[in-house]
Amino acid sequence: MPKKFNHNISSDISMTYTFSKMKLTVVAALGVTIGIAIYIFLNSMMAGFARMSDTLIFRNIAHIRVYKDDDISRPLIASENSDKKVNALVNPKIVPESQTIVNPALLMDLLRKEKDVTMVTSQVATGIFYHKGESQIAGNTIGVNIEEADKMFDIQTTMVAGKMLDLKSTPNGILLGVGVADKLSVKVGDNISISSPVNVTKVMKVVGLFRTANSQIDKVKSFMNISAAQQILLQNPSYVTDLDVNIVDYKNAVNYSNRFSALTGYKAEAWQTANETFVAASKMRSIILTSISFTVLIVAGFGIYNILSMTISQKMNDIAILKAMGFKGNDVTRIFVQQALMIGAIGVTVGLLLALLMVNVLSHTYVGGDIGYFPIRFEPFVFFQGAMVGLIVTFFAGLIPARKAANVDPVSILRK
Amino acid sequence: MSNEIILEAKKIGKYFYEPEKFRVLDDISFEVKRGEFVSLVGKSGCGKSTLLYVLSTMDTDYEGDLRIHNQSVTGMKQNQLAGIRNEKIGFVFQFHYLLPEFSCLKNVMIPALKLGNFSKEEIEHRALERLKMLGLADQALKPASKLSGGQQQRVAIARALINDPLIIMGDEPTGNLDSKNTDIVFDIFKQLSHEMHQTIIAVTHDNDFAKRSDRIIEMQDGKILGEVKN
Ligand SMILES: Nc1ncnc2c1ncn2[C@@H]1O[C@H](COP(=O)(O)OP(=O)(O)O)[C@@H](O)[C@H]1O
Ligand SMILES: [Mg+2]
Repeated sequence: MPKKFNHNISSDISMTYTFSKMKLTVVAALGVTIGIAIYIFLNSMMAGFARMSDTLIFRNIAHIRVYKDDDISRPLIASENSDKKVNALVNPKIVPESQTIVNPALLMDLLRKEKDVTMVTSQVATGIFYHKGESQIAGNTIGVNIEEADKMFDIQTTMVAGKMLDLKSTPNGILLGVGVADKLSVKVGDNISISSPVNVTKVMKVVGLFRTANSQIDKVKSFMNISAAQQILLQNPSYVTDLDVNIVDYKNAVNYSNRFSALTGYKAEAWQTANETFVAASKMRSIILTSISFTVLIVAGFGIYNILSMTISQKMNDIAILKAMGFKGNDVTRIFVQQALMIGAIGVTVGLLLALLMVNVLSHTYVGGDIGYFPIRFEPFVFFQGAMVGLIVTFFAGLIPARKAANVDPVSILRK
Repeated sequence: MSNEIILEAKKIGKYFYEPEKFRVLDDISFEVKRGEFVSLVGKSGCGKSTLLYVLSTMDTDYEGDLRIHNQSVTGMKQNQLAGIRNEKIGFVFQFHYLLPEFSCLKNVMIPALKLGNFSKEEIEHRALERLKMLGLADQALKPASKLSGGQQQRVAIARALINDPLIIMGDEPTGNLDSKNTDIVFDIFKQLSHEMHQTIIAVTHDNDFAKRSDRIIEMQDGKILGEVKN
């Protein structure tokens, strides 16, 4: 027989239990609040860290680098003809070949047409020596089209002296890392000379200085025009050593690199492969923060579990009489799960606000360096995820004791 | 009293296994008619409460067949039995088992809110009527925990009556009451059975109470020893 009215009395009882024992509710909700706030705070920090360190790393490298890898000669060459069992055994060695990418313009066009590719630039990278008076420093330079390179590596934000774009109008201009400039004691407007691996020496004019997040790089690196780099290597204007490719989602670079290798016939290396230590370090960081944040949530879950178990053992008489009067097992489960969820919802709401406050305070904390303010900001997804995880933990923390309550045998209590 | 059979026990048997196996109910058979006021008496430990909990449908671990309102309830699922209790059976125990956080009125309303046959306003009205009948109209909005023992027991009776159950079952319903309150409860039961034609089955060890009911079933060692019709 269908019911005429649904008065939702289970929910009514649940509300009364929740709000008549305010102290317990507040204590349990506070546990959730702190758990959620710390969970969201740590995860926001993690997202901020990741974004910052990725930004910093992509000032030096592209998502995918396409270059000519050194070929190693095959140590064992099996005989072509299988009846004559004569195999050649050779010492493995690097096959001497030039570093050039043949027909880079064509490959760049090809790559640009690929799906999800946002940018392709070419460069000439080489080791060089910087000279000024008696001092000489080994380093490396990258010949670039400065406007394209800036788009990819955001060179402009690292400039500390001179003008980046002066490079364009100065064919023998050079942008030096601050470390190189310090060692040579030069400033913007000074001349230095450089020598290439093929012993070409050229006088260059310092048009700007840059400082990246990595002082080791600043002590060796410089940028010049791609034509200047081709000249000091005695190469023609089609000579290119690397193609740099950026894609939509840099986290997927590994998948694309295989495709691009096949497409171009050169080695396409994803940034993760080139920076394994960096990737491993950020993995470690996220494992540590994730496990701390989960531990905190589990502790909050235990808080709810304990308080609910306590409530239930105090409410045995109520449970017994409700079951006698016709409440089904599910009705009883509902009473206590709803109580847990209400405590959870209160805790989560306050926790979201607390997390917002913590993130806000930290984002206004100055930490210095070229990082400036602490790299944390309001991450809607992290907040959403925190709220969901909080409610799920609460649900199960409530469900376990509630199921026990539903299975109480009323006779064993009522006959006492 | 009509001739309509409301409850029928056929060869009810039951064992307890702790501390050792023994037959606590042994082939109990009887019928109860609509509007009958039955007392279940016997020495302490003879199995009265155990029998009542089998009849209440809460204890399903028994042999034999139990029929309530011409329907066999033996072997039914827990959820079905809960529905039958909600609609057809009211309970009064030695202890009141009121929910202490709720007002008397809300306590009385709970079984009706669960059943959902009436609107909330109608249920409130019906609950007030029953509290009035039990002389508790002025206590309706007080928390149940603030009443005296006799008053609490009367609220529990009002709650048992809210859904107009066919059967009201009581396990020593006057066990904790003084003689004045016992008389009040007895009169209510009498009135319910004779005027409202509700069936009452009450376990008691109060001989006076039993003698004034319609019918006494006496038990001994898990068996029915005999019956007296008053
Ligand atoms: N859960 C139980 N397990 C084992 N024995 C029980 C249990 N409940 C009651 N008994 C025993 O069953 C017998 C009948 O108990 P009960 O029905 O409560 O008697 P009454 O209500 O007539 O005093 C008693 O001997 C009692 O000790
Ligand atoms: Mg008893």
